[in-house]
Amino acid sequence: MSPELLFIQALNGLQFGVLLFLMAAGLTLVFGIMSFINLAHGSLYMFGAYFAAAAYQATGSFLVSVGAGFCGVFVLGALIDRCGFFVLHRRDHLDQVLATFGVVLFSNEVARMIWGASPIFMELPESMADSISLFGLSYPAYRILIIAVGLVVAVGLYLLIERTRIGMLIRAGASNRSMVAALGVNIGWLNTFIFALGAGLAGLAGAMVGPILSVQPGMGDPILITTLVVIVIGGIGSIRGAFLGALVVGVVDTLGRTVMPFVLRQSLDPETANTVGPALSSLAVYVLMAVILALKPDGLFPVKKR
Amino acid sequence: MKPLLSIRGLVKRYGGLTVTDHVDLDILPGEVHAIIGPNGAGKTTLISQIVGEVTSDAGSIALGDRPIDSLDVAQRARAGIGRSYQITSVIPRFTVLENVILAVQGCRGHAYRFWTPVVKTLALTSRADEIIALLGLSSRRDDPAASLSYGQQRQLEMAMALALEPQVLLLDEPMAGMGHGETSHMVDLLLRLKGRYGILLIEHDMDAVFRLADRISVLFYGKVIYCGDPAAVKDNPQVREAYLGDEEVPE
Amino acid sequence: MNSMTHTHGGQTLLGMGKGRLRVAVTVVLTGLFLLVPVYAGVAGDSYSLILFGRVLVFALAAVGLNFALGYGGMVSLGHAMYLGLGAYTVAILSHHGVNSGVVHLLAVGAVTAVLAVPVGFIALRTQGIAFIMITLAFAQMLFFVFVGLKQYGGDEGLTIAELSGFGALTANKTALYLSMMVALGLALALLRRVVASRFGLVLRATRINERRVRAVGTSPLGYRLVGYVMSAELCAVAGYFLANLTAFASPAYMAWTVSGELIVMVLLGGTGTLVGPVVGAAVFLLLEEGLKALTDHWMAIMGPVIVLIVLFLKDGLWGLLGDGESGKGGH
Repeated sequence: MSPELLFIQALNGLQFGVLLFLMAAGLTLVFGIMSFINLAHGSLYMFGAYFAAAAYQATGSFLVSVGAGFCGVFVLGALIDRCGFFVLHRRDHLDQVLATFGVVLFSNEVARMIWGASPIFMELPESMADSISLFGLSYPAYRILIIAVGLVVAVGLYLLIERTRIGMLIRAGASNRSMVAALGVNIGWLNTFIFALGAGLAGLAGAMVGPILSVQPGMGDPILITTLVVIVIGGIGSIRGAFLGALVVGVVDTLGRTVMPFVLRQSLDPETANTVGPALSSLAVYVLMAVILALKPDGLFPVKKR
Repeated sequence: MKPLLSIRGLVKRYGGLTVTDHVDLDILPGEVHAIIGPNGAGKTTLISQIVGEVTSDAGSIALGDRPIDSLDVAQRARAGIGRSYQITSVIPRFTVLENVILAVQGCRGHAYRFWTPVVKTLALTSRADEIIALLGLSSRRDDPAASLSYGQQRQLEMAMALALEPQVLLLDEPMAGMGHGETSHMVDLLLRLKGRYGILLIEHDMDAVFRLADRISVLFYGKVIYCGDPAAVKDNPQVREAYLGDEEVPE
Repeated sequence: MNSMTHTHGGQTLLGMGKGRLRVAVTVVLTGLFLLVPVYAGVAGDSYSLILFGRVLVFALAAVGLNFALGYGGMVSLGHAMYLGLGAYTVAILSHHGVNSGVVHLLAVGAVTAVLAVPVGFIALRTQGIAFIMITLAFAQMLFFVFVGLKQYGGDEGLTIAELSGFGALTANKTALYLSMMVALGLALALLRRVVASRFGLVLRATRINERRVRAVGTSPLGYRLVGYVMSAELCAVAGYFLANLTAFASPAYMAWTVSGELIVMVLLGGTGTLVGPVVGAAVFLLLEEGLKALTDHWMAIMGPVIVLIVLFLKDGLWGLLGDGESGKGGH
């Protein structure tokens, strides 16, 4: 495997990691503040993709489609939090997991009813369809855009959390919930805002992948599970952990899928390599998770609770 | 006399707050050593450090000659440190008997026995019944702990601590929330137990403390500011200022 | 857990002693399950045998999961992994010409232990929500492994040409059905003993108050791990039966949604009750069957139904028949 290919794959990993971060940020924030685990986060990603696809078909504008993905799911998130999920905040994690599991089944079916079972393909915006030259290598411009958007969001979240009043409340809430209530803050609306923001980021992730993946019912399930791995590795509730965890998982997963079969082909006879290669290539992330948890059960950046 | 439990230079910090500040403490065989101090003095933290639920930042704890700093909670319990909780911590769905058996079996080897019903394991039930009788709970033996009165639950709490056959007993406010009659019942019980174990007693009820304690240590913002016999404690001006003034404040 | 509200030895809502009502329901259920093969034989309706066979498979799996979840407090969202593993063990052995039923069963037990011990050990280092996520992640890992194993059918699954061999009874649907009933009965009898044993006492105590268990000198990890592995084994045996029932093994058996459905069955029937999961599995699968007959979009109804179950049926159907038995173990 050439260094060029390795570099390209590392960039692909970075791009996947950035997407995972968009997913993980909301999930881990919501868990950190409300102690609420939302399996339907993957469904929000799916709706983001569908909203974006619908907006793109209607307007032909890429910017509008991404905006629709983010804003549509932001509003959707605010609505479902206000209309139902808040009931679950007080229930135990088992109830939260199961109830939102029911929501996942429902959402997938609703998507099938509205948009059909077959995948929808979104076109790349023309300006982004080309590759650009990067250190002498050509790399799809659109993937660079995804990486850039993810990094912008990461910086934005950092500023929001470290520099604003809402961020101060989020930080305080993560370590001591009753204290925030004692400050006279309306916890309900703060919760809804955070939930909607997390939802919007999941919608943004869905909108961004629309042009490179097929948009179909159930598309949120696999990425949801990888996102859960990310936040467990990072330390549940930690944004910093989510960011680093996402990048590590993205790169390890991508390299595992591309480098591992190559290494196997080098070290084993072709027949064995071809049979076990596909089975083993997806393992890398889980091995990583197992090793990290064996060493640090609370993840890389455990959130201290008081 | 050689102490049963000796604590040297124990420290616990939470952020900038030193909750346990270089505490030295001994428990002699057969003595009741009471710890008093205002709310937030760090009494419960100290117990949690001794039993191993909270890791100490510095200092050492020894049971007899054996340092126990590297042992986990379960190992320390098996080594002979029994404790009762300030907030009743029995298993509500278990019967009184099952609760006590749970504690009895803790010091009786492993419990990887899958077939014989536990309530028919004579080696466990006979010992459990003794303790239940000692605490006066025999009539409630087969009732779920949740159905006991508050005072009875406190007694069950004590039974579980005793069932471990400890050398040292750490009692975190055994009289907390009890009525007058129940308190004197508990004091009588502790007077009967006195001498068999080394007891570390945390208690807000000063009458009980002065009836039971051989020695009193006063904890104030994590520091032991005084240690001596009960009569002297009352007269110590530093102690009066620090603590006895807000004696009435319940925790 | 609102364990404080349980009265003891009380009357049920129907005014019958709780024990008696539950025994009556158990007897009626057993009778109904026994009638299925009779009906299938008389009416020539082999589909009913498959449908209720599925109910028995998932009942066994749910009973297994409940041992970890309801008694041990380990909320595993990955137990479908063991269901699938059991099925694949049969399929792969059969694929390579090993057809002995006894060998299949032994292999299922061994393979499951080899996977469940390390998975349990790593997952049990964490608690609460992280445990849920990690068990889910490991199940997903195995799912992708089998999707990647192209020589065993990949994502299309593996058809089993030769079912587990037991002499003349091989591939006899009625014998298979009855053996599933026996297996379920044995599992319930076994768990009833184990729950009331010394081990069971410790395991149940760790669920309710782990701190107290440590304080009385017992380290919960080993007990949890043994409980987890036992629970996994039961699910794997259910997978063995599922493979024989469908003559097929597929990654779909270990999809994460199956793990979710298993928990719903446990909850629907009654967490921490012995027979509850059987009731839960039966009601869940028959409801699913009914909805499927009604509309293609049955999931759009099932999803909200699950939400309602979680919100309003916390004690489960079996719980409605009387007081929680979980603390007492057995009846």
